Amino acid sequence: MEAASIELFVNAIVAGLLLGGFYAAVSVGISISFGMLDVVNIAHPAFIILGSYIAYTVNARFGFDPILTSVVLSPLFFALGLLLYRIYYLCFEKRGQESLRGLAFFFGVLFITEVTLVLIFGVDYVQARTAYTDATERIAGIDFPLRLVVPFFVSLAMVIGLQFFLTRTFFGRAVLAVAQDQLALRLMGVDPVRVKGLAFALSIATAGVAGALLIVILPVQPSIGREYIGLVFAVCVLGGMGSIWGTLVGALVLGTAESFTATFFGPSWAPAVSFGLLLATLAFRPAGLFGR
Amino acid sequence: MRNRTFTALVFVSAFALIGATLLVKNEFYFQAAYTVLQFVVLATAWNILGGYTGYVNFGTAAFFAIGAYSTVVLYNAFKAPLPLSILAGTIVAGLAGLGVGYLTLRLRGVFFAIATLALSVVLYTFVVNWDYVGGARGAYVLAPREVPFGFSRYTHLLYAAMVLMAATALAVARAVETSKLGRGLAAIRDDELAAEASGVPTLRLKLVSTTLSGALMGMAGTTFPCYLSFVEPSSAFSLNYAVNSIAMPLIGGMMSWLGPLIGALLLGIVQQVVQVSVRSEWNLLIVGALLVVFVTLAPNGIMGWVSAWRRKRI
Repeated sequence: MEAASIELFVNAIVAGLLLGGFYAAVSVGISISFGMLDVVNIAHPAFIILGSYIAYTVNARFGFDPILTSVVLSPLFFALGLLLYRIYYLCFEKRGQESLRGLAFFFGVLFITEVTLVLIFGVDYVQARTAYTDATERIAGIDFPLRLVVPFFVSLAMVIGLQFFLTRTFFGRAVLAVAQDQLALRLMGVDPVRVKGLAFALSIATAGVAGALLIVILPVQPSIGREYIGLVFAVCVLGGMGSIWGTLVGALVLGTAESFTATFFGPSWAPAVSFGLLLATLAFRPAGLFGR
Repeated sequence: MRNRTFTALVFVSAFALIGATLLVKNEFYFQAAYTVLQFVVLATAWNILGGYTGYVNFGTAAFFAIGAYSTVVLYNAFKAPLPLSILAGTIVAGLAGLGVGYLTLRLRGVFFAIATLALSVVLYTFVVNWDYVGGARGAYVLAPREVPFGFSRYTHLLYAAMVLMAATALAVARAVETSKLGRGLAAIRDDELAAEASGVPTLRLKLVSTTLSGALMGMAGTTFPCYLSFVEPSSAFSLNYAVNSIAMPLIGGMMSWLGPLIGALLLGIVQQVVQVSVRSEWNLLIVGALLVVFVTLAPNGIMGWVSAWRRKRI
């Protein structure tokens, strides 16, 4: 290989890994809600975009850092999640109708969120301005754009934090228990509905932060959330449904695959990668790379 | 009523409708009726899989676009006449339905839903990168200079074709519903494991259901490029088709062929009115809001109200 193509190759890997780190933040919420709680929240990407717009508004009006804003405002998203799960539980789960109507419910929520954003902000792309938006570190011929590096580390911190929270605390273990055996949990005197509600709220809170990361990386427009639907489910399935480490690895794999496709075949093929990978995984290895 | 009588009745009313509307002078009504009828076909087709079998298909747009783009291919190849492109698009979309069903129906219901959404994006990307059908720029499908079958305008011919397609869709849906096939599908919807255990050939029935549903969705798409004489990937693959074809049966009622028809007429007409009076973005908001309100408060749709009201009277 020539030197130029080696450099291209290494750059593609680095860009893919950085992108993959961000994808982990985007999909970790689905790994909790869909992977662990069996709540097919197809509207998750719409909440990510909502997070983007909130971070954008605060950034544009007061100049605050979008990521910091999202962390401060995450209780808002947590509350939204609590409310949403309450409706979902009362209307669908309790009646045993979650499979078809619950899915349609979230599909409707997706469109309501998206169109509301269109009506408020219009369909033009918006982007947040920060000190690190346009800066790029160059180390040994490899580009490290800071607008990717900062979200990468924030995302990594969030994923590692969640993993420790879920495995080391009482509440976290209760969430893992809900995923395995609800009846047993009930027998231990823990209310599975309450645990599921809090865990679902946690998953929506991650969407708020992921949204802020997104608007640091790329310009955002209300309907781009749809492109992330395939991505989040692909990562969740690839990672073996509800494993946090699996989500991280799945996200890195997907980010690298997309970056390679964009570098060597052209960016217009990139959206097909995540969905194609998802279709292939579902068809040939439904348990995921790290399936139980 | 026997199925043959029903089919005859549907087609007689379809021809009567075509005859009556040709007296209408205002072109807007043709356009509005075309769109509403297109939704009747899509909602009825979706319901064959979603309502009768209980599998949620988010990929309506993919099948619709398969129909639309097969017309583009045939037009580019040899300017195929309309009946041929309708037939071809229907067959291709049906085969696609069979393929998707074969690939994904062994999955749990939720994964099927996600896989159909994935299919939609993968196909979209392929079409965007396929130069023969115009890629992202789109393609023109011009109307022939002389309108066949004695219609005064080409749009009237397309409108008549759409009326007949809606009649076909309704006849097929009703035939499936009342046949042995329909009872098998209902068994799958209620409890797939129990159905399998009592000897219902579940995979085969599901494949028949995806094929029929896909074919009808594709059929609705075949006249789409002719209607606007132009088609581009983002309009053919619009997720609006997916959300509408789900919302309409859920709002009308999913247990019979009448539900999607009512839902499609209702939502379709509301959207036409909204489109001319306010911004078109409101359309999607209304559809989404109605979908959420109906699934939470009226799980069996309008037809559910009707049957509850009937039971109360007796």
